[in-house]
Amino acid sequence: MDVSQYLEIFIDETAEHIQSLSDCIMVLEKEPENKDTINEIFRAAHSLKGMAGTMGFKRMQHLTHDMENVFQEVRSDKVKVTSDMIDLLFQCLDAIEAYLDNIKSTSDEGTEDNEALINGLNTYLAQAEGKEVPVEAPKPAAEEPKTDGGKTKKYLEISFTDADKNALKEAEDAGNKLLGITVFIQKECLLKAARAFLVFKAAEEFGQIVLYSPSSQDIEDEKFEYEFSFFLATEAELEPVLKAIKSVSEIEDAIGEQLKYEQIVAIADKEEADEAAKESKPQTAVTPAAKAAPEKKETKQAPAKGGKPVNKPVTNRTVRVDIEKLDALMNQVSELIIAKNSLVSISTTEGGNFQNQSFHEQIEYLERITTNLHESVMKVRMVPIESVVNKFPRMIRDLSRKLNKKMELYMSGEDTELDRTVVDQIGDPLQHLLRNSADHGLENAELRAERGKPEVGSINLNAFQEGNNVIIEVSDDGNGIDTEKVKSKAIERGLVTPEQAEKLSQKEIIDFLFMPSFSMAKQITDISGRGVGLDVVKSNIEALGGDVEVRSKLGVGTKFIVRLPLTLAIIQALMVEIRDEKYAIALGSIQNIEDIPVKEIRYVEAKEVINLRGMVIPLIRLDKMLDIEPMEEEPESLTVVVVKKGDKFAGLVVDNLMGQQEIVIKSLGKYINNNKLISGATILGDGEVALILDVNTLM
Amino acid sequence: MAEQLEVVENERKQYIVVKIGNEQYGIDISYVDNIVRMQKITRVPKAQAYFKGIINLRGEIVPVMSIRTKMDLEDDVFTNASRIIILKIEQQGSLGIIVDEVKEVVTLGTAEIEKVASQIKDGKESFINGIGKNGEELISLLDIHSILEENA
Repeated sequence: MDVSQYLEIFIDETAEHIQSLSDCIMVLEKEPENKDTINEIFRAAHSLKGMAGTMGFKRMQHLTHDMENVFQEVRSDKVKVTSDMIDLLFQCLDAIEAYLDNIKSTSDEGTEDNEALINGLNTYLAQAEGKEVPVEAPKPAAEEPKTDGGKTKKYLEISFTDADKNALKEAEDAGNKLLGITVFIQKECLLKAARAFLVFKAAEEFGQIVLYSPSSQDIEDEKFEYEFSFFLATEAELEPVLKAIKSVSEIEDAIGEQLKYEQIVAIADKEEADEAAKESKPQTAVTPAAKAAPEKKETKQAPAKGGKPVNKPVTNRTVRVDIEKLDALMNQVSELIIAKNSLVSISTTEGGNFQNQSFHEQIEYLERITTNLHESVMKVRMVPIESVVNKFPRMIRDLSRKLNKKMELYMSGEDTELDRTVVDQIGDPLQHLLRNSADHGLENAELRAERGKPEVGSINLNAFQEGNNVIIEVSDDGNGIDTEKVKSKAIERGLVTPEQAEKLSQKEIIDFLFMPSFSMAKQITDISGRGVGLDVVKSNIEALGGDVEVRSKLGVGTKFIVRLPLTLAIIQALMVEIRDEKYAIALGSIQNIEDIPVKEIRYVEAKEVINLRGMVIPLIRLDKMLDIEPMEEEPESLTVVVVKKGDKFAGLVVDNLMGQQEIVIKSLGKYINNNKLISGATILGDGEVALILDVNTLM
Repeated sequence: MAEQLEVVENERKQYIVVKIGNEQYGIDISYVDNIVRMQKITRVPKAQAYFKGIINLRGEIVPVMSIRTKMDLEDDVFTNASRIIILKIEQQGSLGIIVDEVKEVVTLGTAEIEKVASQIKDGKESFINGIGKNGEELISLLDIHSILEENA
């Protein structure tokens, strides 16, 4: 059958399962006895296997199958969880991810068999089997009814028409066994009908389906809840049929038994007569569905554990949208805003014709709508940074083992949202910073003990929103940056003379770390030290319109503060004029606007500063900074736009304020390089181009 | 470019003939996206000296280069005849170059083009890769890629 149409769903779901496996295995390492986790792992591995099988990815199925077996052994306490085993499991996950990557790019899983991993897994299995009975040993049937929440054998509740009875009779007379089977689909399943179709397809390999409940038409139209039943006339045994059905992905469970025609009819008749009877009946029947029982336990526990409301609405209210479509939408909104801006500028500049009250009202209305529209589109594009940061605990764990340092990663604010394009690109820089903290930041165990720090080093990753920015802080309680060492390294490399170095501030010294190929690591490891670290981090983050700041105290720790814009495309900005040139300053970075008499300017180290309500703020003469003709006569007072970056302030001297405007950021392209003072350009209402000042690099 | 011309023997190409200073230059028409009248160019501070700034071309921001500055000629004098030729270069986006005048479009075959050595002696870079003969007139053919290259 053609499964290509399900490929995308498969890819998404597999990625989710891999992530949940990874999370659970992390937990398992810490709490090897945690049955809930083991069960959850088992379920995820099982679904992975099923999905891979359905899609025909045999190698992936093979690997997950063996993983599942190991979990099965763990679950039945035949194998103890060891850290070697966790390592192996993580390698397996990596291998599955490699399969998935292959599938993503080529729709094929590739040819890597990962035999080493499979052998490794089998060693654990062999251990278990040495001690006890084989894996597939059926669970005692008595266990089942206890855990059997809503899963009754619905096939016993089917009411038959005479025609149905005849069909069943005929099938039995032809020498077939009659198997009554009820299949339960996972609650999260999106394509129930498709899954049902796959189930029927699997079942029909064995025989003929005599009877459907609900009717086959209803099943096709998804007119059923989460289970359906059917009678299969077959020569095969029950076990393989159930197994085949369960290998269909998103099938939670399948139960069934072999029945005689008389039994079926008798039950059905009794059913009609006595409602209460159906409660007791299923318990008397014996179903050797080996994996059924524990799985049911999980499904009952899972919602409680995840804190999800039990009565979750059944309908799925989300839509998956291609990011390109959103980009196109965003572009159109940008165009609309430019068009709106030109309408606004016409209405305010051209006299007479447009001085109509209702015209202005409509323009204002239009402004409101476009602003709201922009906000909505932006919100749609926002995704939590979770998808990026949730792979970090695993990475820190690996690093911890590799570096032989004890460390723990604490994360907060994973639900902080950022524009999708930003989220896609912050993964690498953050990873770099974390590696940096793990490798350079944290001291080794002896030194930590000496300094009276806890044995386990901690690395924190905090994300939160601050105005129009999202801040991500990566900090550690390690050694901190040794500025003296950095200084001598800088002198050694000829970046500064010893005399100059003496005068450098701590910040200026730390900035050396962001220079290309400036590595402080004494030896090159595969974790860090090749000097392609922090400069790449910085340039990546700057490319996103953000910046990085470092705070460090020797012996206490280091904190990297990454500041990112919420969105890349459209911002609110203050338009200012300097001589006849127009510039935009992002509203998010503006603190306030002041009129400062020239005589209040003071000098500190030959630099102009102003004293604003007790704060000393350096003045930046934009005209000088931007090579604009100086004014012939200095006016008596200056218009100063006070901007802030983190907790630093600066006053930008401008000639005129033109007011606030929503602007669409356009790139200057690759040809012009301008020391990053200008972060982009925007088109004003009258078609004129204004440049956007990058406050972060000005300061 | 030079190799390309060798390979495509006898191929006829169209060139837009423009005037920059006293010389006539030819620009391979396949690079030309548009020719627009002179308009207000927004200066970009701290940019390379030969970039005059940026313009708004129907909602797109396009950088504009002064080819005179690039070639060490005297500064542009904008007249009614001045035009900005918008070049479209694959993967690098659009770029405008200022010319004094756009004259005509000519078709030149390989036979009518004389290749020139890429380096001219007195230290200055050369931005032409051939000289075309159109009747009596000589047309220096601009090498678009060398114009784009960073210098000084």
